[in-house]
Amino acid sequence: MAYKEITIDPITRLEGHGKISIFLDDKGDVAHACLQVPELRGYERFAIGRLAEEMPRITETICGVCPTAHHTCSGKTLDDLYGVEPPPAALKIRQFVYNAFTFEDHNLHFYFLGGPDFIVGPDAPAPERNILGVIGKVGVDIGKKVIDIRKRTRDIIQTMGGRVVHPVHCLPGGVSKPMTKEIQQEFKRTAEDTVEFAKFSLQAFDDIVLKNKTYVDLIVGDIYKHSTYYMGLVDDNNKVNFYDGWIRVVDPEGKEYAKFKVEDYLDHIAEGVESWTYIKFPYLKNIGWKGFVDGKDSGVYRVAPLSRLNASDGMATPLAQEYYEKFYEVLGGKPAHNTLAMHWARLIEAMQAAESMVQLINDPEILDPNVRNMDFQVPKEGKGVIEAPRGTLFHHYETDEKGRLTKANLIVATVNNSAAINMSIAKAAKGLIKNGQVNDGLLNMVEMAFRAYDPCLACATHTINGHVPLQIDILDANRKTIKVLKTV
Amino acid sequence: MAKPLVAFYWCASCGGCEEAVVDLAEDILKVVDAVDIRLWPVAFDFKYKDIEAMPDKSIAVSFINGAIRTEEQEKIAKLLRQKSQLIVAFGACAHLGGIPGLANVANKKEIFETAYRLTHSTANPKGTYPKTVTDIPQGKLTLPEFFDTVKSLDQTVEVDYYLPGCAPPPDLIMKGITAILEGKLPPRGSVIAEEKALCETCKRNKSKPDKLAIKDIKRISEVKADPEKCFLAEGIICLGPATRGGCGERCINANMPCRGCFGPTKEVKDMGAKFLSSLASIIDIEDEKEIEKIAESVLDPIGLFYMYSLPTSILRRKHGV
Repeated sequence: MAYKEITIDPITRLEGHGKISIFLDDKGDVAHACLQVPELRGYERFAIGRLAEEMPRITETICGVCPTAHHTCSGKTLDDLYGVEPPPAALKIRQFVYNAFTFEDHNLHFYFLGGPDFIVGPDAPAPERNILGVIGKVGVDIGKKVIDIRKRTRDIIQTMGGRVVHPVHCLPGGVSKPMTKEIQQEFKRTAEDTVEFAKFSLQAFDDIVLKNKTYVDLIVGDIYKHSTYYMGLVDDNNKVNFYDGWIRVVDPEGKEYAKFKVEDYLDHIAEGVESWTYIKFPYLKNIGWKGFVDGKDSGVYRVAPLSRLNASDGMATPLAQEYYEKFYEVLGGKPAHNTLAMHWARLIEAMQAAESMVQLINDPEILDPNVRNMDFQVPKEGKGVIEAPRGTLFHHYETDEKGRLTKANLIVATVNNSAAINMSIAKAAKGLIKNGQVNDGLLNMVEMAFRAYDPCLACATHTINGHVPLQIDILDANRKTIKVLKTV
Repeated sequence: MAKPLVAFYWCASCGGCEEAVVDLAEDILKVVDAVDIRLWPVAFDFKYKDIEAMPDKSIAVSFINGAIRTEEQEKIAKLLRQKSQLIVAFGACAHLGGIPGLANVANKKEIFETAYRLTHSTANPKGTYPKTVTDIPQGKLTLPEFFDTVKSLDQTVEVDYYLPGCAPPPDLIMKGITAILEGKLPPRGSVIAEEKALCETCKRNKSKPDKLAIKDIKRISEVKADPEKCFLAEGIICLGPATRGGCGERCINANMPCRGCFGPTKEVKDMGAKFLSSLASIIDIEDEKEIEKIAESVLDPIGLFYMYSLPTSILRRKHGV
């Protein structure tokens, strides 16, 4: 049988970072579709020999968009490695900075990256689906508000962490400096403003997206639906937690499937290797890898905002909880399998992050100058977990008795979603390509399936204008180009 | 007058340099006003053949970040060199190789073995490794070849200017862009930052005794660093003496020592070697055995002295692997 190949080569920023290949059979229907990640940097190898306390600075360069996630997760892994609990003020500073980071990163995605699809509209010409288009739609004053809140929340990271891209404050058993009263006053104002901003964003989502039937149909439609397991961190009350807690997995019907601490993650997760991509494919070990399929019998699970909401019993803060309830009311109950609902879930999480910032910064204990616990045990092995904006992130180090790394394992947030992203792309392609008819809308629709995950393929898609420039080359069986489609 | 054409390109990087550009905040609108960002990979269609079709030297300046790790990146860097009047290496990875350059302690085979076989959660009973060509029933899937060695940008093409840092601070980015736009360019090959070492501008410098003298080396995890005192005076490794200033002492403001993301000062090629000589001069021990002991207490000289600059050091990579 002769096949046609379509490559969606995410040119430009994604060149060298991600490529979608679609094969059509001789009837012109999709026979095979996949996302290839043609990149590997080898952190797990060159971590060997490094000093444990340098790992928070080293591993964060895996991602310049979510460095705070790697940095903080690495710090937590070092706590475990040295058997120390950071003092209360250190924990509060870490969490305050972490919530500020979660807030600004979620907003970056909503206003700069994924949101333009909805705010400007999925049918809008590609050159308008960007932050400038967003400003055009919501007004310049709002645009300035977006830039201002980003700057002020990033100032929090810079003040406590030194550098905003690649902060340096986490050490085993604490943080490198305490918070002063003066800084606290300024951060209190910022924290209060983030809550107002989060309300504004959710209102905008309500006005622009939820009141538009076409958009709602798109979100709940079958093309963007996958019934999978969901993973997320929860606190003792099963409420969403970004910094710490239990790793909870629910099945496609929403029932708790597993709940464990990071110490036991290897009992639950394994990663497979394929020869056609550099990314690995994690799955639930006790169910096993059944290929790129959804459902209860497949070990494929998903992470990130939608999954965290699905895997929890609610949000940890009151306003966010109100929005959480509305979320499931509109989507018709839990769990929600709608990939595009990820954008909405992200805004609800931004609200929890904002409310948590207010709580933490008003806690007098955050000013305690004791921010280091150096009552170290002899190091051997440490494991850490955190909810990065793009999902559950695992760090695992083994060291010699002097704290030099002998082995490392990293399961990065987006990697957890790698099987699901492939499935979403294949489903969108199969839904849109029939009898060799390649709808021009395919580009944007496939792009949306991909971008909802906010995939961090070396942060490849974190583009300032909010879309992945794509090109689809349609080749006949002799590899002769018969049609070229572009987003730009 | 037509606005100058500007290109931004991203090689093996983490996205942090892009965030730094977004962190220009309102200033980014000034930049957009002043130049024609003809080739911004994140914003425009950017095919190899499109750049190839442009006249040579038609791009005023190309800002390139990330290290060079694949054949494809090398090819585009060379093409942009041909089409641009100026090339600016943007950020620590393009400038020095960066933290991903630490991968030069190993080769491709070792990296693959670790990532796809030895790591804790990897289940790979069939011993599958990614390969450049995979046959599937419908055709072939291809991946680019993974190089053994990470390179800086100037090990691949000639570079005119460097914007250092991991990531470069917004004020320096604006300084560099303004200098180019106003034609007030420093000598070719300049690093757009301070000429002097970080210590010269460090607030803690005044706490440094006239003659630094230390008897042992402490790890940052083992001590509570005094927020006012020079790290080196306390025996904590800080790359300040060997590192170019201009970063705003961002890490030091967080009470953490410098690891050298701005690269060496002018005239210095190998910042690790330079730092070692500074360190040797402040160790206040005569006894040879004791000196040996202190040298051994630096458990990871590569990671500490070359965290950002292994590919551009004299060593460049681990040999014999």
